Amino acid sequence: MPHDSLDHDHAHSVLPSDPALRVKALETLLVQKGLIDPKTLDAIIDTYENKIGPQNGARLVAKAWSDPDFMAKLMSDATATALELGFYGRQGEHLVAVQNTEAVHNLVVCTLCSCYPWPLLGIPPSWYKSDAYRSRAVREPRKVLAEFGVQLNEDKEVRVWDSTAEIRYLVIPQRPLGTEGWSEDALASIVSRDSMIGTALVEVPQ
Amino acid sequence: MSRIHDMGGRFGDGAVTPDFGQEPVFKEEWHGRALALTLASGFLGQWTLDEGRHMRESLSPNDYMRFSYYEKWLAGLANLLVEKGVVSRDELENGSTNTAAEALLARVIKAEDVPARLSKGGPTERDVGPKALFAVGDLVKTHPAGNTTVPGGHTRLPIYAGGKTGQIVAIHGNHVFPDTNAHQAGEAPEPLYTVAFKANELWKHPDGPKDLVMLDLWQSYLAPL
Repeated sequence: MPHDSLDHDHAHSVLPSDPALRVKALETLLVQKGLIDPKTLDAIIDTYENKIGPQNGARLVAKAWSDPDFMAKLMSDATATALELGFYGRQGEHLVAVQNTEAVHNLVVCTLCSCYPWPLLGIPPSWYKSDAYRSRAVREPRKVLAEFGVQLNEDKEVRVWDSTAEIRYLVIPQRPLGTEGWSEDALASIVSRDSMIGTALVEVPQ
Repeated sequence: MSRIHDMGGRFGDGAVTPDFGQEPVFKEEWHGRALALTLASGFLGQWTLDEGRHMRESLSPNDYMRFSYYEKWLAGLANLLVEKGVVSRDELENGSTNTAAEALLARVIKAEDVPARLSKGGPTERDVGPKALFAVGDLVKTHPAGNTTVPGGHTRLPIYAGGKTGQIVAIHGNHVFPDTNAHQAGEAPEPLYTVAFKANELWKHPDGPKDLVMLDLWQSYLAPL
């Protein structure tokens, strides 16, 4: 059991107690060793702050809502279909789309860690990574949904997807009434991050 | 034996606090730095994704629960760097070094390569390994959970789904087996399935009588019913 040791033996325990200083200490050491270029870290942060985020997933959903053939392709091979829009990469190598209907509501979680479709939704929000969400989504999904303000009809079936492997799930929310004839851009603007995790429904803004 | 990260179905964690899309991607500057440092270090190629996960899971329950999300990442990273000999414990403690890591310099990721490397990803499907024993529609029973494949354990079969009956709903081809890959015991790819469990099979008092919980499970976790 090479990874197990007494608590005080863990290497991380020699780092500074303030987490911001802890990062700085590690970064400084790795830069000194020639293993990290700080500009590389800036580029990674910029990627997930500004370039890859839920706007990608929203474009995919809007296109699927607008084009039944695209929706059919997305449901049968989400990885190849997302790639058509240029969405592929780390933590999104094997994608599956699951569609909400009148009969079924889908909800995505990772009980073991924080698996999430990065190329489509970016970095997960704090609540997705929280103990409360991870522990409860599989056991009491309807109570969790109520905490997001989502009340489901009792006869609707809830499917909770626990991301235990490298398959990453995207929920395709139901297209709301009153959006007939909308452009893909207009549709994408109302598709929230949470609706693609399954903790929100898409509504037409009042 | 169980580990602290395996928390599906646990009671006592309180309400979820939604952000309704308002939270910044990185709430603190150091959060982004911790993520970027972990990814950039990973590109040195000294450990697998599964080893990275396992190192975070192997934090003591006390540390796992008191650390915030990115503190777990930092602790896992520091432990991996030392275990793999990338940095020494003394270097970590002193916070400085005079010794460049010559053998790894060729692997250092440059800023201009970040988009291409992140876009490339790391697919886990392989075209080798055993044939699928189960077909869509088959009923299967999961083995008891408990990190039994490899001593010291790493598994993606959560405790709440151990010893339960479910139905195969999808076959995803052969994927790298985390239980071995987390321990440098080989990729050992094998068939990966999506298995649907009725909520009332998993929980005595399910939230909704018709609800399902779907898990992606490797063939080694499953037995025919």
